[in-house]
Amino acid sequence: MKKRIADILDLQRISTEIRKDIIISICEAGSGHTGGSLGLADIFTCLYFNLLNHDCNKPHWESRDRLILSIGHVAPVLYTTLAHAGYFPKEELLTLRKLGSRLQGHPGRDHGLPGLELSAGSLGQGLSVAVGMALASKIDKRENTIFCIMGDGELQEGSVWEAAMSSSHHKLDNLIAIVDRNMLQIDGSTSEVMEIEPLSDKWSSFGWEVFHCDGHNHGDIIHTITKAKGITNKPSVVIALTTMGKGIPSIENNHSWHGKAPTKKQLPDFIDQINRSYEI
Amino acid sequence: MKYNNRGNKATKDGFSEGLVELGRKYDDIISLGADITSSVGMDGFANSFPHRFLSMGIAEQNCIGVAAGLALSGKVPVFSTYGVFAALRTTDQIRISLCYNKLHAIIGGAHAGVSVGPDGATHQALEDIAVLRSLPNITILSPADATQTVQATIAAYEQCEGPVYVRFGRAEVPDFMLSDIDFKVGKAQLLKEGSDLTIIATGHMVWEALLASELLLDIGITARVINMHTIKPIDIDTIINAAKETKGIITAEEHQIMGGLGSAVAEVVVKTNPIPMEMIGMKDQFGESGQPDELMYKYGLNANEIVKKAKKLLQYE
Repeated sequence: MKKRIADILDLQRISTEIRKDIIISICEAGSGHTGGSLGLADIFTCLYFNLLNHDCNKPHWESRDRLILSIGHVAPVLYTTLAHAGYFPKEELLTLRKLGSRLQGHPGRDHGLPGLELSAGSLGQGLSVAVGMALASKIDKRENTIFCIMGDGELQEGSVWEAAMSSSHHKLDNLIAIVDRNMLQIDGSTSEVMEIEPLSDKWSSFGWEVFHCDGHNHGDIIHTITKAKGITNKPSVVIALTTMGKGIPSIENNHSWHGKAPTKKQLPDFIDQINRSYEI
Repeated sequence: MKYNNRGNKATKDGFSEGLVELGRKYDDIISLGADITSSVGMDGFANSFPHRFLSMGIAEQNCIGVAAGLALSGKVPVFSTYGVFAALRTTDQIRISLCYNKLHAIIGGAHAGVSVGPDGATHQALEDIAVLRSLPNITILSPADATQTVQATIAAYEQCEGPVYVRFGRAEVPDFMLSDIDFKVGKAQLLKEGSDLTIIATGHMVWEALLASELLLDIGITARVINMHTIKPIDIDTIINAAKETKGIITAEEHQIMGGLGSAVAEVVVKTNPIPMEMIGMKDQFGESGQPDELMYKYGLNANEIVKKAKKLLQYE
């Protein structure tokens, strides 16, 4: 396993590089989910460069921590982070969404990309799969942690709550769900489309330990998830406040950027904005 | 007749016995219960291997996702509930979490067909084959009786790689297949030779097909009887041979005609050697309450109906 990166400035630098590669690959593809991918860059950096027990040279290592991406549409942040973490060459990011690519629009394991734990994209299924993995680890007495990245809009799917109920019933303290709470979905704000609040109360009433963090503060992300790993006898959820489109101020918090690609003309300005966001 | 009814037995009991045998042989089998464990043939496993049985509550969609997670961690999960829920409430989960991920999991589809009886239309699985057949990577097994359901359940573990749907029923039906006949997934069984026409049946309609072949023999018609215990992958060679060597094909299933065994056979016949066909099954309709035999009679799912269709088919000549 590669050395864990603990220095916050180093992690911020990696997140910045990941953000640039996300928009370069989506721009090259001509389509893709820009907003949510940028919003999760800091969390993915913390997971793959600090928190997860994993080894890019042994993607099938039995005792690795598992990261289940339930919201398959933000595949670009997963692919880009995996490439930066050494799973495959970064040049391959430019094949995103193209015919014959291992980087499918939504993750597809059958195309052979190393590091993918699940083919997913239909919302509301990932947490159930994570529950199955957590149960298997309990049965086999493995000490790993299963992470599941979920969207806030996704929590409107009823199957999520079936999975949530079963997690606490089976006391899955090896399971940590991370909710990307950016307050937005395709049709607008989550409060307008379908209110999901009070979110903390929902999770805690389903038997989960609830944490909150700033999804763009690397120190806070690592500190909070580390606390969640210490919880016993029940699963934990980290509700991470994020900004859709984070890093490019001109598109931040604009839900029209949920599923839109930057044009070649916009790209230099967007890269410039990401560089400047990092310098601040 | 070569095949004798040793006594009536529910095919769900075959699933239960097969599962217990698998549990004894293989440590990696984990079963998931959705509240109705005893009525879907899961209680035997749950009682024999309590540490490998997980109670998941009335939450079928979650069960399929959990099965996927278990399979991704080296287990072979078994999930069984009424076919209407096992196949239809969970279709998207089966499609993405199991089929797209190519995961080995066994799904038991209980209460297949109208022979569930008094529970009525809501609980009679009649569309499960049609829906699941269209999903890539899945195997669909529809054994003929309890003895064969034991074999099919074991084969679902030993002979398959991706998700497998095993279809079985609650009604007590003739138990006539011999356990020493090999069960090979994807290879139909020729139960009786005949040259006038072919009856291709699945599930307990296979018994009705054998009865029909006797009745037809009385009026001088020899019918070939084929047990199509695997709906997917369908046995193309056996169908082509029947199309070439006999004058017509009748399919018989306790399922909607639309999209089921009849459709699967027709897809092969029209592309290779078109001959007249008749299809027996539910005619784009829901079932209702009643005793199993009353319902089978009302909806024309029996030997007499097969004989009627056989006579009609031979008039096409």
